[in-house]
Amino acid sequence: MGEIRQSITLRDTAEMPGALRGASSRTVWARAARHLARSTSGKIGLLLVALVLLMALAAPLIAPHDPYEQTVFRLYGPSLYFPFGTDEFGRDVMSRVIYGARISLQVGLIAVAIALVIGGLLGLVAGYFGGWVDSVISRVLDIVFAFPDILLALALLAVLGPELHNVMIAIGIVYMPSFARIVRGPVLSAKHNEYVEASRVIGAGTLRTLFRHILPNVTAPLIVQTTIALSFAILSEAALSFLGLGAQPPTPSWGAMLSGGRRFVEIAPWTAIFPGLAIMIAVLGFNLLGDWLRDVLDPRAVR
Amino acid sequence: MLRYVLRRLVSLIPVLLGISMVTFALIRLIPGDVVDLILGNEVAMGGERAAELRRLFGLDQPIYVQYLQWASDVVRGDLGHSLRTGKPVLGEILGRLPTTIELTLFSLVFALLIAIPMGIIAALKAGTRTEAGVQVLGLLGLSVPNFWLGTLLILLTSRYLGWFPAANYVPFSVDPWRNIQIFILPGIALGAALAAITLRMTRSSLLEVLNREYVTTARAKGVAERQVIVRHALKNAMIPVVTVVGIQVGRLLGGAIIIEQVFNLPGIGRLAIDAIQQRDYTMIQGVVLFTTLAFVLINLAVDLLYAFIDPRIRYS
Repeated sequence: MGEIRQSITLRDTAEMPGALRGASSRTVWARAARHLARSTSGKIGLLLVALVLLMALAAPLIAPHDPYEQTVFRLYGPSLYFPFGTDEFGRDVMSRVIYGARISLQVGLIAVAIALVIGGLLGLVAGYFGGWVDSVISRVLDIVFAFPDILLALALLAVLGPELHNVMIAIGIVYMPSFARIVRGPVLSAKHNEYVEASRVIGAGTLRTLFRHILPNVTAPLIVQTTIALSFAILSEAALSFLGLGAQPPTPSWGAMLSGGRRFVEIAPWTAIFPGLAIMIAVLGFNLLGDWLRDVLDPRAVR
Repeated sequence: MLRYVLRRLVSLIPVLLGISMVTFALIRLIPGDVVDLILGNEVAMGGERAAELRRLFGLDQPIYVQYLQWASDVVRGDLGHSLRTGKPVLGEILGRLPTTIELTLFSLVFALLIAIPMGIIAALKAGTRTEAGVQVLGLLGLSVPNFWLGTLLILLTSRYLGWFPAANYVPFSVDPWRNIQIFILPGIALGAALAAITLRMTRSSLLEVLNREYVTTARAKGVAERQVIVRHALKNAMIPVVTVVGIQVGRLLGGAIIIEQVFNLPGIGRLAIDAIQQRDYTMIQGVVLFTTLAFVLINLAVDLLYAFIDPRIRYS
């Protein structure tokens, strides 16, 4: 979280020369805490994300069974031994849902990291260099943006093959333009600021100017966008796995579980209800967290 | 207005060119080529038949010649033939189009019917439990995966209510009433997210407008509250709602791909998924190109409509 503090302090010092770095960073955290105390949805978001993180990190400790172990108890209803019932192979649905958090978070984090790094760099370069570089990058991103997102992911998976690591690449490409756009605008306006020119006069190289002086201006919106993109990425992975193009059996992915459970939904509703509930909790959690972060980090943003 | 329309049309050209290049490149990215797929693995790559087929498809030409050939076919409405059935791709797509359009329309109507009244109620009852309840519903609608909602709706109606057993698809021309019944649940599942977005937008937009001075003026001069809301506030509050709905209409197309799978509807989404499973690359290419063009044109139409409603857009 060091970057958040830095971005706010940099912005603050730019606006109020002479302000103490330590003092202004304390107010950010104070504001965050104050805001969290008032914001019910922020608290719920934090709680839901914590729940998903806990499931992913502590899966072997909290899962009652092996998520891959098949038993003779096929399509058994929820009981003390199988709290969420069993699926068509007699596997424990609860353990699979818990392990599913790992798949969702892993795919979500890597996909968003791809979008953030590549999209962010493209936006940075486009905004900083301007001219034809900007035109070329912006045109290319417009084209990626022109495809309906799920369709673009489908097409990429059709070519790359239905595997989980390809899902990460596909989702990463789909969300790349939105990160590039967020970075490009502020960079375009920040590069004419006096402190940027000053650093160049002192003799700072392009890279140093970009990363030390310009990038901190966009960290706040980037953090908000990353959180919200995580919820979209988790939802996209579930959708693609649901369509049979993501995680393949027997991987415990929420989307794939839901797709399997759908065939038995009338006799064994629990096989479809619990994985879907997990998707919703994760998506809702990151959404609420993103909204809250936007309020805290970017008070000027219109809601 | 005409200048604006022309400017938008011109700005579309590079995007369309880019889309066509990406879609064309897509099929070249697969390992091997179309001929390998048709002939299968048992035929040696250097076989005479393979060479003949490559000549037939023009695959021995330089890549830009292939692109130009393909692009000129596309412009004349020829999207090629399915690798599996040999039928023209465009014909297959057009055959599936009515189902996807009907699904999209159902979800749009459902979303607007639910969301706008609820958004208005939430804004008028600001600070009450009703508003909080509507807000929670909006958040849930945003986060519920549509394929899960669809599955739950099937479960609820078939298992607990005994309604519409998940039957086979019936075209509108055969039995309109059955056909409409079939689209109700998918329409709700697909429309839920749009309803949530519209609801939130209607509420916040109306709340903002209700604080404007002209609303206060209208109240001060003694206009009945009902009139104030309907004539003065609502009319202006709807402008941002129209934009948001417009942006989302194109996105319904993408959502339809998933919902068609959940409800076994023979639309374009099902065509795409089947094509991917059968590695029917010309079909995939055709569906991607067709749907993306539709998406871009819908967005353009919405922009133009919006510029027509709100003249400020044209001059910015």
